Amino acid sequence: MAKTKKLVQFTPTEIKDELLKKYPPKVARKRAKQIMINEAQENETPSEIVANVRTIPGIITMRGCTYAGCKGVILGPTRDLVNITHGPIGCGFYSWLTRRNQTDPGPDGENYMPYCFSTDMQDQDIIFGGEKKLAAAIQEAYDLFHPKGIAIFATCPVGLIGDDIHAVAKKMKAKFGDCNVFAFSCEGYKGVSQSAGHHIANNQVFTHLVGENEKPKEGEFKINLLGEYNIGGDGFEIDRIFKLCGITNIATFSGNSSYDQFASAQHADLNTVMCHRSINYVADMLETKYGIPWIKVNFIGANATAKSLRKIAEYFGDKKLIDRVEAVIAEEMPEVEAVAADVRTRTEGKTAMMFVGGSRAHHYGELFSEMGMKTISAGYEFGHRDDYEGRQVIPNLKVDADSRNIEEIEVVADDKYYNPRKTPGEMQALEESGLKFKHYDGMNPDMDKGTIIVDDLNQYEAEKLVELLKPDVFCAGIKEKYSIQKLGVPMKQLHSYDSGGPYAGFKGAVNFYQEIDRLVNSKVWSYMKAPWQENPELTATFVWE
Amino acid sequence: MLLRHTPTEVKERKALMINPAKTCQPIGAMYAALGIHGCLPHSHGSQGCCAYHRSALTRHYKEPVSASTSSFTEGASVFGGQANLMQAIDNIFTVYEPEVIAVHTTCLSETIGDDLKQIRDRAQKEGKIPEGKTVIGAPTPSYVGSHVTGFSNMVKAMAELAEPSGKKNGKVNIIPGWVEPCDMAEIKRLAGMVGVAITLFPDTSGILDAPLTGEYKMFPDGGVTIDELKKCGDAMGTLALGEWCSADAARWLDSKCKVPCTVLDMPFGLAATDRFIDVLRTVAGVTVPDTVAHERGQLVDLISDMHQYFYGKRVAIWGDPDQLISMCEFLVSIDMQPVYVVTGTPGKKFEARIKEICAGQPFEVKVKAKGDMFLMHQWIKNESVDLLIGNSYGKYIARDEDIPLLRWGFPILDRQGHQYFPTVGYKGGLRLLEKILNLLLDRKDRDDPETGFELVL
Repeated sequence: MAKTKKLVQFTPTEIKDELLKKYPPKVARKRAKQIMINEAQENETPSEIVANVRTIPGIITMRGCTYAGCKGVILGPTRDLVNITHGPIGCGFYSWLTRRNQTDPGPDGENYMPYCFSTDMQDQDIIFGGEKKLAAAIQEAYDLFHPKGIAIFATCPVGLIGDDIHAVAKKMKAKFGDCNVFAFSCEGYKGVSQSAGHHIANNQVFTHLVGENEKPKEGEFKINLLGEYNIGGDGFEIDRIFKLCGITNIATFSGNSSYDQFASAQHADLNTVMCHRSINYVADMLETKYGIPWIKVNFIGANATAKSLRKIAEYFGDKKLIDRVEAVIAEEMPEVEAVAADVRTRTEGKTAMMFVGGSRAHHYGELFSEMGMKTISAGYEFGHRDDYEGRQVIPNLKVDADSRNIEEIEVVADDKYYNPRKTPGEMQALEESGLKFKHYDGMNPDMDKGTIIVDDLNQYEAEKLVELLKPDVFCAGIKEKYSIQKLGVPMKQLHSYDSGGPYAGFKGAVNFYQEIDRLVNSKVWSYMKAPWQENPELTATFVWE
Repeated sequence: MLLRHTPTEVKERKALMINPAKTCQPIGAMYAALGIHGCLPHSHGSQGCCAYHRSALTRHYKEPVSASTSSFTEGASVFGGQANLMQAIDNIFTVYEPEVIAVHTTCLSETIGDDLKQIRDRAQKEGKIPEGKTVIGAPTPSYVGSHVTGFSNMVKAMAELAEPSGKKNGKVNIIPGWVEPCDMAEIKRLAGMVGVAITLFPDTSGILDAPLTGEYKMFPDGGVTIDELKKCGDAMGTLALGEWCSADAARWLDSKCKVPCTVLDMPFGLAATDRFIDVLRTVAGVTVPDTVAHERGQLVDLISDMHQYFYGKRVAIWGDPDQLISMCEFLVSIDMQPVYVVTGTPGKKFEARIKEICAGQPFEVKVKAKGDMFLMHQWIKNESVDLLIGNSYGKYIARDEDIPLLRWGFPILDRQGHQYFPTVGYKGGLRLLEKILNLLLDRKDRDDPETGFELVL
């Protein structure tokens, strides 16, 4: 298909109609609100999208659950926590080493990443309750490993049978004295997607970990990197760049993270937010409680990386830092530009579609544009409206019945440690010079007019979009990969990176350019038909020479 | 060291499972359902399970794995998932047009007590199931047994479609158990060689090993049809391969439809394949052709040619009970020593069977059902082995302890070939031995001193 000519051009309206045509009327009405034709251009009223609503049963969604968002995404990457899944074996098993959060065990060598811990609930635990088994499991984990912390994660049946995991955690914490035990009520049915799990994780990490280490951290230009999970070493590359610039990263939430990083996060002077969806809650709470402002950054794409570094330098306003950042950019860019220029000769004008969790569908647009490629359709599995349209819509968001029970915690300024990092005057001056605090513009403004934005894309719509728009590369996850490739369209996983990476930072940009070049120009896409299938009719008898 | 926190000292654990040698029921049911022609597996629970199961199967096969879900919300979890499933059935038949929807459950819908049969009957009554289409269901509570149990439960639901006419049709039902698509194809090939007409269910060959052609078929050609399943009540008999995977369905057909059954071991290795072929020719009353004996002779030939390398080698092996039983028998038959045998799947019979296979051998076997890979690793730390046989999770032990790993079982996430080249039958036996030999000889080549480094082995 990649080789066929694009003879028919559909208008965006025709495409939307085509996507909806086959649905039962009720489903069509619902989906119509989650599929939008982008108009988010200057001087036009941006249109609204419906997002973060329940999944339509039977539609073959790409979404996962709250447990995945909490244990799988946020806490999974923390190497020195023993994460115990309280539930039947599946949840723990499937989240065992399947997200590529790379980890450096560091000098202390504490690293539980390759392990899967579970209470492996049996039918008698469902009937009589699993609290005793959970307490025994925590005890066994403590006796075996003596970790700094043990985290407990609830799964679907735990909420239903009424196990009080928080009480068990509290009791065990008090019993041990030297091991922080805390729990997450991240039952899979909560909310409508992974997103609820992010929120639950944020709340508990903030409540039980952040601020625990009162000893100040050494270093200049102290920041936290929020919402970066070190998939394929992304965080390593970003840290490499920070180090070159002389920026001190106190805590990454939560790629290659440790207990101490979370516990010391309040010592930073700026929070930089990569994945807005998963970690904006912690960013807001750190500001409210400790007075640390946050800015949105993006280290996906070389230009985006340079821009984000300059934003950090601008915030600190230190000449030495500003100079160093410029020197690093000047040092790193020539290689990136050389590869980009070469790759561009083979990628210019090609098209991409991206349907990824809650942030990458936006971030990777930068990388594609650096290769001269256009993103013609994109969307999130579980983004909220602010991730599409920008945080200015937050006051208008209504929490629906499906998400109402996700806990909101009240955070107030800390009596002792609240410390505004900048005076109101300084903040205003920075804002006037273009630095936006506590703000994210969302994906839509960076998409071209007339592109198709789809929330919670499903299998049927994915196939239709590929059939109608014939992209040169389609980006999503493992569940989508092979059905798209059967259609003859290269598919790039933007969750696992297909075992590649890093794609963040300068070196990551080079890796990504080369990877996309390989994919869209691979010879394999020309092998789909055998010679006798391309010319099935014999027009003459064969004569042996 | 990757698993640096695993201590050598073994302490009994009662509550904490570490590095499981099993996963949960629904994924087995999903895999089995994919072996029905035109079938969309459906997960009645919250959507995370379905996403995880699809991902795990996809990572193993590098193939699309379609399945839908009821996408429970908190409300449905408290008040029941009937409305979700009814909606799902309607949407699935309208949008994806499968022939069959095979519903399985999760710990969520099982804990709240949703009644699948009642929901299906209601969907039928309300006209949500189009004429000629089928909805089947199997309860698969994740807190009972393992993925193997889920597989067995869905296979039983297939058998329950049987509508015996009272007249035998001269065919033999074969329930292959949880083996790879290529293994199912190999079982069909062997039956064809012997000359026995069979109905194989489930049958994932053609489905999870589909070609790349530029066309995506959500329902590829392949799989057992509903019509064939209906007729399995007219078969001469049923061969169930594997007690854990296949016996329940076969026994159901026996007691409800008077189709007699024989439960055999899965045909991995020489002796289990011998028994399979021998029973096949006996029940069908046919003579085994020389072509089959020829393949068998090649396997015996390879064993004799390379016996010196197999002899006395110590093996740690983990996975699912049916597979492990045949494989241990095979290893013992070539004078290898399966010293540590672990399955996560419960079942006392398993330990007894492995002990029986290893009885009288010059080694002591440590065997555990409901065990985990953490325990097995501790055993290895106490006394090492020459070879590991199991799924991809074994690579962490392999690297830490510097032991070669034969990837075999489920899931294999980091190598290819397992879905194309069978390990059942005599041909499969040849392949297993070739792989074991390659690992042992590569190791020998790596470790031999320069003076003893040999061209010819």
